[in-house]
Amino acid sequence: MFYIAIFFQYVAQYMKTRMQYRADLLVEVFSDLLFQAVNLIFILVVFGHTNLLGGWTRDEIIFIYGFFLVPYALFSSFFNIWDFNERYIVKGELDRILTRPIHSLFQIVLERMELESLFGAVTGIAVMIYAGNNLGLGISWTDPFLFFLFVTGGMLVYGGIFVMIACISFWADARTSIMPMMYNIGNYGRYPVDIYDSVIRFVLTWILPFAFVGIYPASYFLGKEEWFLYSFLTPVIGIVFFGISILTWNSGVKRYRGAGN
Amino acid sequence: MDKYIEMIRIRFLMMLAYRTNYYTGILIYSINIGAYYFLWSAIYGEKDAIEGMSVIQMSTYVAVAWMARAFYFNNIDREMAAEIKEGKVAVELIRPYNYLGMKTMQGLGEGIFRLFFFSVPGMFIVSFIFPLQFSADWTTWIFFAISIVLSFFINTQINLLTGITTFFLFNNTGLIRAKRVVIDLFSGLLIPISFFPVWAQDVLKFLPFQGISYVPSMIFTKSFSDNEAIQAIIMQGIWVLLLIIPIQVLWVIAKKQLIIQGG
Repeated sequence: MFYIAIFFQYVAQYMKTRMQYRADLLVEVFSDLLFQAVNLIFILVVFGHTNLLGGWTRDEIIFIYGFFLVPYALFSSFFNIWDFNERYIVKGELDRILTRPIHSLFQIVLERMELESLFGAVTGIAVMIYAGNNLGLGISWTDPFLFFLFVTGGMLVYGGIFVMIACISFWADARTSIMPMMYNIGNYGRYPVDIYDSVIRFVLTWILPFAFVGIYPASYFLGKEEWFLYSFLTPVIGIVFFGISILTWNSGVKRYRGAGN
Repeated sequence: MDKYIEMIRIRFLMMLAYRTNYYTGILIYSINIGAYYFLWSAIYGEKDAIEGMSVIQMSTYVAVAWMARAFYFNNIDREMAAEIKEGKVAVELIRPYNYLGMKTMQGLGEGIFRLFFFSVPGMFIVSFIFPLQFSADWTTWIFFAISIVLSFFINTQINLLTGITTFFLFNNTGLIRAKRVVIDLFSGLLIPISFFPVWAQDVLKFLPFQGISYVPSMIFTKSFSDNEAIQAIIMQGIWVLLLIIPIQVLWVIAKKQLIIQGG
């Protein structure tokens, strides 16, 4: 309960600071929208030249992209730990975090949240509704619950992977460029995995399971029965990966000795 | 002129000191090339050619477009924005050189460094992973070389324009980000311009962006005939000259209304 109260305190504080610079906020939301538009334009232009992409139609691909945007928006709102090494380890900010009686990772999530990214979820849902309409998809009463479950699973997959990478900083001091690399690999999950070769498919499913953020869960709503098993694995993979990342984090924090101040 | 060449040299040496950062850069670009390679292979499916380009030409296009990006891409706009915000620009303005010219030369130093330590080895590595096709024709290589230099200038000029807007907008991080996204799409980095619907191609014809990525990549993959290549290069040259005008106008206005706070 305490954690929930703290969460809303931070959100309120965050709103106050952001509302101070409304123009910045607008521009940021706008450039996010532009980025999503560019990806959609890519899909639209490509399907001007082909009817199927590895057996998937235009609207299916758009639907997958729309779904992907929702867990991704949640991830980028709450897991801005890409600069964890510079910000918390090198500058010794983690010392401050550790003196407080709340879990350290939770504090960092709160401190670094960027709620304006949540707007991407709205875009994503709009895109899904548009594509779903074209495909004539119906909504059954279980769909909203599963959607929530899958979206959370996808967010946890992303969060888990990035927290684990941030944990590297506890063991190795050197600055790594793995973070930006991961963002680029994450893009692979936006498209059907059957277009990749078997090695990449295996990696995207079991090692860096980005396929569980876009294609696998979205397949359920598209009624692709051959992928159902993977769709329902989404929350499991999410919990497993996030769980491992928390354990890694905890043992990393134990090793942390501070950068001196 | 000497001081400008010296600036290229200094930037080059500066980049050389931090060269390890670039090995991961090659990896990141290869990952991107891979993503688009698989996408395009799936898009082509059974088709031999789309818009006159074969699958191999397409993979080569993707690879060369990304590796060329390493050469022409720079963060001059962000550097300018930072210098203007911090007031450092005041010192820059009293120095005995042209500020914009100096920024361009710094970008060129960076570009030359990345050409040798990023683009060339990157292209070499990528050619082992994906099936690419290199032209044996020396005219293609000469056209490509001219075209890529011009694309550096067009991209840098657009960066200078974006950088100058900081004088008027004060905070333009959003604009800089938006510009980058727009350039990736409209320059032909993600999709060749010839794949766009005709009406969009007609609009893009009147914009400088396709001179950044589309033209050199089309030349490299031999998707342009010699005639088309020469025409495209002339268009690039015209854009380089045309873009000087808005830069100069904005620069004069910006200097007039510049107020340095502290410093």
